[in-house]
Amino acid sequence: MTAKDALTERYQDLLSVYLKAKTETTLYKGQQFSRKLLEQQISPEDLVSLHIQVMDELFPDMSEEMRDSFDFLLEAMIGYGFAYREHQSLRDKQQQLESEIEVAASMQQTLLLSDVPEFEQLDIGVVSVPAKKMNGDYYNFVKSGNSLSVAVADIIGKGIPAALCMSMIKYAMDSLPEEQMKPHLLLENLNRVVEQNVHSNMFITMFHGVYEPESHKFYYAGAGHEPGFFYHAKEDEFQDLIAKGLVLGVSRTTTYHPYEKMIEVGDMVILLSDGVTECRTSKGFIEREEVVSLIRKYMDLPSQKIVENVFQELDRLQGFELRDDFTLIILKRLV
Amino acid sequence: MDIQSCVEVRNEWDIVSARQLGRNMAKELGFGNVDQARITTAISELARNIYLYAGRGKICIEPIDQLGRKGLRIVALDNGPGIREIRKVMEDGYTTSGGLGAGLPGVKRLMDEFSIESTVDVGTEISATKWLR
Repeated sequence: MTAKDALTERYQDLLSVYLKAKTETTLYKGQQFSRKLLEQQISPEDLVSLHIQVMDELFPDMSEEMRDSFDFLLEAMIGYGFAYREHQSLRDKQQQLESEIEVAASMQQTLLLSDVPEFEQLDIGVVSVPAKKMNGDYYNFVKSGNSLSVAVADIIGKGIPAALCMSMIKYAMDSLPEEQMKPHLLLENLNRVVEQNVHSNMFITMFHGVYEPESHKFYYAGAGHEPGFFYHAKEDEFQDLIAKGLVLGVSRTTTYHPYEKMIEVGDMVILLSDGVTECRTSKGFIEREEVVSLIRKYMDLPSQKIVENVFQELDRLQGFELRDDFTLIILKRLV
Repeated sequence: MDIQSCVEVRNEWDIVSARQLGRNMAKELGFGNVDQARITTAISELARNIYLYAGRGKICIEPIDQLGRKGLRIVALDNGPGIREIRKVMEDGYTTSGGLGAGLPGVKRLMDEFSIESTVDVGTEISATKWLR
């Protein structure tokens, strides 16, 4: 017996039982039967045809009008069959796309993963969590000689285009090793790369900084990036770490201003993406002061613990639904 | 058997004539009611495309017999503008007439075999076959 014969037989059984007793139980079985039909990808017009076949057997004396009406119903059902088959093929396509995105996301993770380096004088903490599958935030640490450089970038835009763009930034940065120790020059170079290679409706903000342990100076520059914070231990106060500059990719000739800051023992440099300050709670966007007070709350812990705790609290405040990629980095001078 | 019958398609009524021709032949060949409905729907779609996009053309229906395997072939011919991007019109969801699941990918799914040839400014020939099971 073929699968189709089996279905016909089952349908005939169910229908004749129902016509005799009209119970809810049989209707329930009919509903379950429809699930089976869907499993076997029986299209709507096939079901109508099945019904006609069974009715012909059960009622050989069915009136001609009734019989013809079924043929009309069958014809009217064809459009639904059309739509059903398209739905199936689109669903297959969607599954395929989703699995491709999964692969891309895990590739991106591997590609963009930056190890947090061991650095004697600094205690470093990092947390970077994507809102969706792919992360549009990017951070990178590079140790060069005695210095340590750190970059945080954010693509205006989310999802796959942002992630693809981020990969390009990573390779552009890797290919500019010389300038890496001069943040404003690095940004100027990257700006040219972005302007030439990225569609004009996509912008990238970036903060780049270099810590030199001999002078204890932190050199930095910014391209439209969310300002970080500087914690001055001696005064026990948080300041905005402002680095003015146009976002990357707007104009080929943009230049960036070099900034520097003396870092003393106990001072902290805090870098973030706008996913941190644009956390939305039921009361609206959180204020930068709230981020500061959270950091202050955990300030005595190691840097990694601080960033993790701040993330957890902000995540909870948002009901565990990140709206934007979230990146928070803390550098604290130990000695 | 290689008796080919054709219907000229110039207006919406000709679509009905093409359907009728297809249904008669499908019935004669012994196709069941569901396949008859599928074949006529495929004819409708192809004839409609001719009427809408080429203005005029023809639908030919022929019975086929390949080593005892019987079937029906629909051939849709026109000398219209042709299709610039065949790949695109064969994609689901690409439609200019707002149909749901219809269009050429729908026709392809309704039939067993499908082929399309089109040259811009020369015309389009689509052939679709349904085998008798």
